[in-house]
Amino acid sequence: MDRLVQTLVDAVSVGGLYALTALGIGLIFGVMRLINFAHGELIMIAGYAVLLMFDMPVGLVVIGALAASVLLALAIERAAFRPIRTADPPTLLISSFAVSFFLQKTMILFVGSRPKGVDFLPDLARQVEIAGIRLQLLQIVTIVVSAILLVGLSWFLRTTRLGLEMRAAAENFAMAQVLGVRANRVIATAFAISAVLAAVVACLFVAQTGLVQPRMGLQLVVIAFVGTVIGGLGSLPGAALGGFLVGATTILLQTLLPPDLRVFREAFVFVAVALVLLLRPQGIIPARGLKERI
Amino acid sequence: MTAAEATLAPLLQVRDVTVRYGAITAVHGLSLHVDAGEIVAIVGPNGAGKTSLLSSIAGLVRPQAGAILLRDVTLETVGLENVVRHGIALVPEGRNIFASLTVLENLQLGATIRRDAAVRSDLQAFFESFPILGERRNQPAGLLSGGEQQMLAIARALMSRPTLLMLDEPSLGLAPKIVEQVYAELERIRDGGVTILVVEQNAARAFAVADRAYVMRHGRLALAGTPDELRAHADFDAAYFGVSMAEAAPPEAAGRP
Repeated sequence: MDRLVQTLVDAVSVGGLYALTALGIGLIFGVMRLINFAHGELIMIAGYAVLLMFDMPVGLVVIGALAASVLLALAIERAAFRPIRTADPPTLLISSFAVSFFLQKTMILFVGSRPKGVDFLPDLARQVEIAGIRLQLLQIVTIVVSAILLVGLSWFLRTTRLGLEMRAAAENFAMAQVLGVRANRVIATAFAISAVLAAVVACLFVAQTGLVQPRMGLQLVVIAFVGTVIGGLGSLPGAALGGFLVGATTILLQTLLPPDLRVFREAFVFVAVALVLLLRPQGIIPARGLKERI
Repeated sequence: MTAAEATLAPLLQVRDVTVRYGAITAVHGLSLHVDAGEIVAIVGPNGAGKTSLLSSIAGLVRPQAGAILLRDVTLETVGLENVVRHGIALVPEGRNIFASLTVLENLQLGATIRRDAAVRSDLQAFFESFPILGERRNQPAGLLSGGEQQMLAIARALMSRPTLLMLDEPSLGLAPKIVEQVYAELERIRDGGVTILVVEQNAARAFAVADRAYVMRHGRLALAGTPDELRAHADFDAAYFGVSMAEAAPPEAAGRP
């Protein structure tokens, strides 16, 4: 019983991290049809901000990580994506690879490619007992923080003026502009929010692994991207659910598979992904209104 | 330009506008004008370049040549997002309402450029004139019928309080009874002081409300005049379809539900 609950809590907390990452990718795809693989570098830069500041008060470290990630996201949007905003999706995708590689290699140039250890939030590594079951505090914090961000983002999109403009732009950008919605404002906001999600993921991920390295965002982004696809590309609830399912499934397989099959857990995940895409090619929660464009 | 001349000058002037998509020229050096308070119709067969012309005025496509003036503002340089800020609202072909957003949210987006307190009372007034939409204000707009969506698209455009309302094929895909309602609404809007430029394949329907009309064919103006002049014109049928008006009558006249 204890083991089962522990595994579930582990799966939910990892699922939460992937859900946040998938949401960050889905948000940018929604407003500009860009699959932003440089999202991983937003996570990475926040990780290095944590490394740089880890002995300061936690609040400051988190603010530093958020600032680093948001500034980088706005700079990428301005320098790399704004000039080619109206390009077709493949061009945008390839540009995001270019940005991603450029940032990774630049980082390797300055700090080297070796992982660096950082003891961030060591207090959260301890176990707590809830209803007689011992759980890791960090996992509970991860679940709570993920849930708060999901609810907060949903509140922002549903109730604020900028959120409404973002949802309209995601459905039909040209029509939103005809009504006077400012493209620069909407897209910059999407990048900033996506960076906030990336920075939070970085803080939790670094606290969990204790490591920072230039490629740290890549694996998260690849798996989360798979999540946005099975969730339904262009749908935010789909992205969150898809990211969560992929992350949680990975952990469950890790625990439930016989030991000698565990090294192949990714293969099992991708078989499941292929099955979802065969049965529901439009995703679990398909995006609405994507076809209606001016 | 003096103030007196400014009020005499047309509200909208399109001068020698050319719109090209790659090798295809949709509009060839076309000129027309719309005076304040008019309903002006642009009619013509499918592919005549009507939508391209409207898109160039709305800022959706940039004309390769020519000038578009709203009073003394050069529209083709203000940018897509700012056309509405100069007082032009567009109801595009196919309506383009935001299907996943609620009726209310669609209308709020129509008021994107406004920050005044009257937005709320404008919404209230709209829901009172269209109680069906008022009852469904919190439902996704994609669930509305075609006629309701057209009314919503028009109301959304009016939420910006435009001086010029442009509509692209407002009768498209609607039952005759609904088309009547839409056109009755257009006359009410004009009586409320909004100038209207309407593109319509259904020439007979548009002529019934228009003060003046232009006939477009192959990207050029074929004819211009009042509806009466155009109907009486020997070349009208040829200019329009190369067939008689009876045959060119819209499919709605054939009695679809």
